[in-house]
Amino acid sequence: MVISCEEVWREISNYLEGEVDPSLRAAMEEHLRGCKHCTAVLDGTRNVVQLYGDERMFEVPLGFSHRLHRRLEKNMPGNRRSFLGWMVAAAAAVLVAGSFEVARSSVFSRPELRSEHAQPGTGVPPDMIVVVSANGKAFHVAGCPFIHDKAHIQTIQAREALRQGYAPCVRCMKKYLTA
Amino acid sequence: MPEEVTSLEHPAKPFNEEMLIQRIRDGEHDLFYELIRPYERRVYSTAFAILRNEADAEDVVQEAVLKAFKHIRQFRAEARFSTWLTQITINEARMWRRKEHANIMEPIIDRQDEEGNYTPRDFADWREIPLETLERKEIRQKLAEALAALGEKYREIFVLRDMQHLSIEETANALGISTASVKTRLLRARLMLRDLLAPGFGGSWSTKLFLAKGTKPW
Repeated sequence: MVISCEEVWREISNYLEGEVDPSLRAAMEEHLRGCKHCTAVLDGTRNVVQLYGDERMFEVPLGFSHRLHRRLEKNMPGNRRSFLGWMVAAAAAVLVAGSFEVARSSVFSRPELRSEHAQPGTGVPPDMIVVVSANGKAFHVAGCPFIHDKAHIQTIQAREALRQGYAPCVRCMKKYLTA
Repeated sequence: MPEEVTSLEHPAKPFNEEMLIQRIRDGEHDLFYELIRPYERRVYSTAFAILRNEADAEDVVQEAVLKAFKHIRQFRAEARFSTWLTQITINEARMWRRKEHANIMEPIIDRQDEEGNYTPRDFADWREIPLETLERKEIRQKLAEALAALGEKYREIFVLRDMQHLSIEETANALGISTASVKTRLLRARLMLRDLLAPGFGGSWSTKLFLAKGTKPW
């Protein structure tokens, strides 16, 4: 199947999402091998998705969270506690909630994530083979189009990736993310 | 801060949001802070994507979060709480804009025909912007400016799908449009951003700032 540049552009998004059927994918890859423009469009679009998908893009104004909580505090029925009092209560609530399942998997011994805002995974099979890159923050299935820095990737077990602080890729490992 | 507890040996249980919501409904209102904490930054970015003004976005997030608290009993467990909260935020932001800025002009890019094919520009010297550069505020600022230059219908979808990582279906539900529209606009948004970010081609990058001494900043 021979396809045109316009057809490639139309499917770029779906291609990145892994949502084109195998024959179209093959035709696109064949086209991309011989077309610099389309390759640049694909790489640029992938770059856009990676950049904006990074949690560093979520910036809030200074004091945002504090003001939000103050506003909530004022509006909660029967809640006249001070903000400090709330902080103490909230910390306690986390400990209580955590204790339902904590016992052994001490949350305090969990390795620190490489990415400050990434979510840790849940239910990741420890023996699963995953791909990480030395400078990356996430682990992926092999072939995921969102692997960062493909020149320095290595294949390791999920257990080891988690131990090293990698978080599941929000695309290819989405099923292991909870929120 | 342990908002989720995870373990390889006992993998099944995530932090139990459902239980938390039930306890809030039963009167433990303070737990609501814990429920929303992981989503605060995301809902802010949603509001900001629609309003493009920090102060307005913050007010809208406060309204949306209060509304979520007041209507927590209406939340249905088949949706994700984050999606529900996002939906409330979108509605609040749209209402706010209608009320406060009824006569504001949308960017010209909004009037483009979404059905027509979009032709991505051909840049001779396109180069990837490395993720590490996100550490720099001016790069994040440029990315935010490029996003702000998109028309609202593209901005909303891009933020929900590519920044908040909602699925195509969740994005469609949150905005009340079809999945086909989501896909069409998402493609358009991604291609437009790619063009806007390509340096030195009349995009949002300042050639003076970024191409000094003939080098790119990445």
